[in-house]
Amino acid sequence: MLSSVHNWLAYVDFAVEHSDRLLVATLEHIEIIAFAIAIAVPIGVGLGFLITFDDRLATAVIWLAGVMMTVPSIALFGLLIPYFGIGAPSVIVALVLYTQLPVIRNTYVGLNDVDPAALEAGEAMGMTRLQLLRRVQLPIALPVIMAGVRNAVVILIGIATIGAFIGAGGLGDLLFDGISYVRTEMIVVTTVILSLLALAVDYAFSISEQLFRLNNGEQVESSATMRLLQRVIS
Amino acid sequence: MITFEHVTKQYADGTVAIEDVSFTVEEGTTTVLVGPSGCGKTTTMKLVNRLEDPTEGTVYRDGTPLSEFDRIDLRRNTGYVIQEIGLFDHMTVGENIATVPRLNGWDEDEIDARIDELLELMDLPPESYREQHPPELSGGQRQRVGVARALASDPDVLLMDEPFGALDPITRESLQDEFLKIQAELDTTILFVTHSIDEALKMGDRIAIFDVGEVVQYDTPQAILDEPKNEFVEDFIGSDRPLKKLKVTQVEDVMSPPTEEVATAGGVADATAPVQSDGGSTVSPLEPTDTALSALSRLVASEDGRLPVVEDGDVVGTVSDEDIRRSNAGDKP
Ligand SMILES: Nc1ncnc2c1ncn2[C@@H]1O[C@H](COP(=O)(O)OP(=O)(O)OP(=O)(O)O)[C@@H](O)[C@H]1O
Ligand SMILES: [Mg+2]
Repeated sequence: MLSSVHNWLAYVDFAVEHSDRLLVATLEHIEIIAFAIAIAVPIGVGLGFLITFDDRLATAVIWLAGVMMTVPSIALFGLLIPYFGIGAPSVIVALVLYTQLPVIRNTYVGLNDVDPAALEAGEAMGMTRLQLLRRVQLPIALPVIMAGVRNAVVILIGIATIGAFIGAGGLGDLLFDGISYVRTEMIVVTTVILSLLALAVDYAFSISEQLFRLNNGEQVESSATMRLLQRVIS
Repeated sequence: MITFEHVTKQYADGTVAIEDVSFTVEEGTTTVLVGPSGCGKTTTMKLVNRLEDPTEGTVYRDGTPLSEFDRIDLRRNTGYVIQEIGLFDHMTVGENIATVPRLNGWDEDEIDARIDELLELMDLPPESYREQHPPELSGGQRQRVGVARALASDPDVLLMDEPFGALDPITRESLQDEFLKIQAELDTTILFVTHSIDEALKMGDRIAIFDVGEVVQYDTPQAILDEPKNEFVEDFIGSDRPLKKLKVTQVEDVMSPPTEEVATAGGVADATAPVQSDGGSTVSPLEPTDTALSALSRLVASEDGRLPVVEDGDVVGTVSDEDIRRSNAGDKP
């Protein structure tokens, strides 16, 4: 009992004492992920859209993106270093590859989820292919795509830590230090930050996903937060 | 005006949906395409706004071959209620109706006014329906929104593919009646698809009866009932052809001139007063535009063999079951 209180204090002490380093590492971590997502989402959505035109291509692309996810991150970094060098660029490329499955798959599913009759009606009323995409398919697919991105970001927060192994920085640095110097408080505090980060991102995305659904007139089980948001918005 | 000239449509998989079809839809009239499932009705509609192009023959709009029109322009100028309605569930009813006006670049103010106007026309008060989403509506209400959406930019041509198909008989009947009223106010050329001969007889100025892939008879409802071209048409109309004829015949076409007794003083007031029927409910007097069928049904219920026909408070004629019988036999009285 006493020792656990003692531990808690040690963790808090550590967090306070190293707050600067923790903050810098957290920001670095977020930056890497933001970069990766900014690159990955347009690619994934684009591919997801393209494969709606060809079922066989769709199967192949989704399978490939799935295989991607099974390659261990360390191996992937190793394969990328010859092309992108040591450091953040290789890590970002790897992260982009890891997020393709959820983003492509959800885009594909979301776009295909549109009632064929609605598409036919749109075409019959004189919408061009692009107008159909923008006014009918995308609004319906957005919440589903959003769910894919949410999935991807949460995966990335974990995988990005391994990037520290090849000098990309971020919270992974502190984890590796903690392991090398056997400093439990360092490992625990970093892990807590990582988990909080993942939870916060997950929550933020789930809210935006629900907002998209509400905007489409779908029924959404409203949580307290949603009700608050709705009141703020209206 | 829409003209089909020896039009054949064969799909990529080899299915010949229609073969050598020719007919003309006059400006401002309603033509109903009727026939069994799979006979090519939807295909015929799709040819009119170039969702499909003919393999052989030509479709004209006001004398100009459709191939000379831009597909997109043509479609934005042609209202189309597709068979499955296809409302956009993620948009509100108002946004659904605004689709084509938006594509055509109308002002938001104009669009707003148009949405309200159409919702009123369709008997869906804008205050309660404008902001609803289609999944919240009943089947009949969705159909109305589909029709409103197709009418939004005041198209010259309106295509309606079984617009009242999936409805219960009562809702269907009332929508038909409402649409007949709306149709009278529009000068739109309408192509209407159904597989119900009753609906065709009720809605059409002209009817094209389809058998698999071909038009068997193209004529007015009266002419089709009077002279079915062959056994297929006869079977399609059914064994109650005489009754169907009564439905498309108006009282004024069968009535006799007013008789002495009703025309003399006092008789008029009597005849024009609401009639007390056996059930005790009040029935308004027969009008010249009522159907011969409703006249017959009143004759059957009434004790008199002859009923007065009243227009604007004046007796303009009388009708007996003999009058009706005579007209049904096909002889002109
Ligand atoms: N895109 C297509 N490709 C191949 N064949 C088609 C296509 N669309 C329709 N057909 C075929 O063409 C024929 C006519 O179809 P169409 O949809 O025009 O019939 P319909 O009279 O509207 O039938 P229903 O009353 O069931 O709606 C059918 O045999 C149908 O299977
Ligand atoms: Mg059809």
